[in-house]
Amino acid sequence: MRNLRWALIMCFFLESSLRAETFKLKRSQKTERISGSAGDVLEDDPVGRLKVFVYKLPSKYNKKMVEKEERCLHHMFAAEIYMHRFLLSSPVRTLNPQEADWFYVPVYTTCDLTRDGLPLPFKSPRVMRSAIQLISTTSPYWNRTQGADHFFIVPHDFGACFHYQEDIAVERGILPLLERATLVQTFGQRNHVCQREGSITIPPYAPPQKMQTHVIPPTTPRAIFVYFRGLFYDAGNDPQGGYYARGARASVWENFKNNPLFDISTEHTPTYYEDMQRAIFCLCPLGWAPWSPRLVEAVVFGCIPVIIADHIVLPFADAIPWEDIGVFVHERDVPKLDTILTTIPIDVILRKQRLLANPSMKQAMLFPQPAQPGDAFHQILNGLARKLPHRDDVFLKPGEPFLNWTAGPLADLKPW
Amino acid sequence: MKQLAALQQQGRRSNSFRSNSSPLDATVDGAIKSPATIFWLFLHGLCCLISLVLGFRFSRLVFFLLFSASPSPSTTTIYSALRTTLPAISSPQERNVSADGGGSRVVVGRHGILIRPWPHPDPAEVMKAHRIIERVQAEQRSQYGVKNPRTVIAITPTYVRTFQTLHLTGVMHSLMNVRYDLVWIVVEAGGTTNETASLIAKSGLKTIHIGVDGKMPLLWEDRHKFESRMRLHALRIVREKKLDGIVMFADDSNMHSLELFDEIQNVKWIGAVSVGILAHSGGSEEGDLLMQESDADEKDEKKSQIPVQGPACNASGNLAGWHTFDTQPFLERSAIYIGDRAVVLPRKLEWAGFALNSRLVWEDVEGNPVWVKDLLEIGKDGEDIESPLSLLKDTSVVEPLGSCGRKILLWWLRVEARADSKFPASWIIDPPLDITVPAKRTPWPDAPPELPSYVEKVTTIPENTEKRPAKSGSKRKRSSRSKRKHNAKVLDIRASTKHAGDN
Repeated sequence: MRNLRWALIMCFFLESSLRAETFKLKRSQKTERISGSAGDVLEDDPVGRLKVFVYKLPSKYNKKMVEKEERCLHHMFAAEIYMHRFLLSSPVRTLNPQEADWFYVPVYTTCDLTRDGLPLPFKSPRVMRSAIQLISTTSPYWNRTQGADHFFIVPHDFGACFHYQEDIAVERGILPLLERATLVQTFGQRNHVCQREGSITIPPYAPPQKMQTHVIPPTTPRAIFVYFRGLFYDAGNDPQGGYYARGARASVWENFKNNPLFDISTEHTPTYYEDMQRAIFCLCPLGWAPWSPRLVEAVVFGCIPVIIADHIVLPFADAIPWEDIGVFVHERDVPKLDTILTTIPIDVILRKQRLLANPSMKQAMLFPQPAQPGDAFHQILNGLARKLPHRDDVFLKPGEPFLNWTAGPLADLKPW
Repeated sequence: MKQLAALQQQGRRSNSFRSNSSPLDATVDGAIKSPATIFWLFLHGLCCLISLVLGFRFSRLVFFLLFSASPSPSTTTIYSALRTTLPAISSPQERNVSADGGGSRVVVGRHGILIRPWPHPDPAEVMKAHRIIERVQAEQRSQYGVKNPRTVIAITPTYVRTFQTLHLTGVMHSLMNVRYDLVWIVVEAGGTTNETASLIAKSGLKTIHIGVDGKMPLLWEDRHKFESRMRLHALRIVREKKLDGIVMFADDSNMHSLELFDEIQNVKWIGAVSVGILAHSGGSEEGDLLMQESDADEKDEKKSQIPVQGPACNASGNLAGWHTFDTQPFLERSAIYIGDRAVVLPRKLEWAGFALNSRLVWEDVEGNPVWVKDLLEIGKDGEDIESPLSLLKDTSVVEPLGSCGRKILLWWLRVEARADSKFPASWIIDPPLDITVPAKRTPWPDAPPELPSYVEKVTTIPENTEKRPAKSGSKRKRSSRSKRKHNAKVLDIRASTKHAGDN
């Protein structure tokens, strides 16, 4: 008798759970939940999971730079400035360094701009060195771990290699003083000197307000198959071709300039954002560096990103399953791009669009002011929280070697 | 190619000297000038000259060729037919980027631009892409578009006349492109005719063809009234048959945009859209078309160039009044009878700008709002029902559509030939024309002057027959067409063929 009752109860339980499953399935038809390799972590709240101490550096390292150059706030490297401002007023900030899990050094290394607005990286290593020298002499927290529990935001082309040309960046390598620190950077490429394991890849800064003002009604039918606006050849720096973008962009142009399905050109169309919302696929090929703000724009406007950059590491790769969301094309497969895109099964395409329509996905790519839950600031903090607790070798034991302060090119050793 | 050959030669020559690099880098001892050192100096100078010519460090190439442990040219040696960068030259500029050996690496350096042999679209793929686009758009519509589309019930009053085929074909094609279920009620003055029936049968839509007794009057005023009667008759049919959906009035000479049909799906009970009034005359003057707000609160006139009839909203998006067509400038020269050359004026508010939920005209439906009158009450005594607003006791419940009347979703136009104009029945010329006789005594007031002398005016039967479907209507804008052959004996342009045209 008792067994029968238990059996009945089990039956009811199973039935109700099954019904709950089907209900969940029906609801997930519009947008799908995003869960990457780290699990369903996009909407995690970092408050309470970590404490960050923000060093107070003299304003010549941060505020004065912005005052001298206003354009720093709007270019694609502005994440370092906004992250600093966010952390200053965030609940994860602690004023007591004893209880801090992570230490943040607010030094803006990409705020020295040319006349055209491109950042000059020549002084950045010196600026960074000078900042680290300051914190290592004024407080003991750098020396006890040699920076292993410190994080820096280096949004430049090749991260902490501090150069815009890839071969020179590779030669320089990551700044030796940052050897043990965690780097939060936009650059990400597997098996590359400038990418260390344990760095957090973030999206480049794209102005959220500007994108908001160009939203068109979602009923507008997506009638463009593939969309791209940008350079294919960089005549100024690479006149012969083949160097810029490893020849991939030129290959796209040569193969598909006659194809009516591909709306690609170098024009600066004023309806750029609107056109992205009317396109199904948006190309995100590499340029001089593998990452670009096009990825952010494509995600925000619901256009499936077609990423043409071998071995790239995309933002928040452990939280966002990029394989399910975007289309990855090898650079050598570019001539077959139209075949690749037209042979994607339609339900896969619809699923990608559903994933992109998920608001938490769009939110995770943006740096809104003021900060909102689930945005890129929180994803960075989540990433840092996932690296906690620190391993035992974070703290240097007596006898372990300190960082070599004289390593690196001679020009970097000049004080700033 | 010459350079490549030279390179290969050099490579072969230098291959025989294994320790090529060290002498190049080593400093030469000035004191000892043995033949070996002179030879090395000479080789060094030669390499320098070659480097000067080629533009890169030739010694590096040699070093690389001799001492490169792991060759990885696969990533860079695919070249297109069009790009003629020499393969050997680019290799010294390669540098393996990876810190650890093994695994995937991306090589910095000059890469080839890969172009496939036929860089043009493949039609099968283009078709596949279009199918993908269609499917994505269907998905978009189902997600963001109208959730539960209702049947559209289109009511069109018509009658047989010269321009009927023109107008009705336009409406028919618009309705055929509507994405929702459609019922087309065609009300015909003077009873149903085969001509209209055959025309609407071509649409493939679900049609209800009904006739109303009585010929369509000649004067525009009377015609407007008669059309209202016909529309009421159609509404009675909707009531009888209990057709469910949204009723809209598609007059046969109007032009509808497909967005209109998407917009009226949002109607709850009765909605109004903005109608663009194209009141043009064939004459030279086009007066300023004014727009007047007949709002209860504000009595200021707004002079604007936009002839639009429709709902007017206040700042909060609610219905505040109506824009109507100002007939002031046209009072003296408006058209009186059908086919008149002056401007045809619309009424204050046209039927075409309204869409109703069909349940409003059903009898005794629960859940119908209190402000609707019963359909059979109005128009009973033959009074003139100017617009569907007469169905309502309270006109403030009308929902403004098309972003509160800002979008013009259809255009009102009245263009007709003279009432007594003739045209071939169903626009089929049967039997074929073989005799054309000039009509010297045409009653048309605007017959052109006599032709110049080179044209022979033949009053007798010509030898060669020509088929000329001369349309003898006087339309304001277009002059009647005729075909004229150079060499053949030309007849009077205004020759009209008297056929048994129905009227």
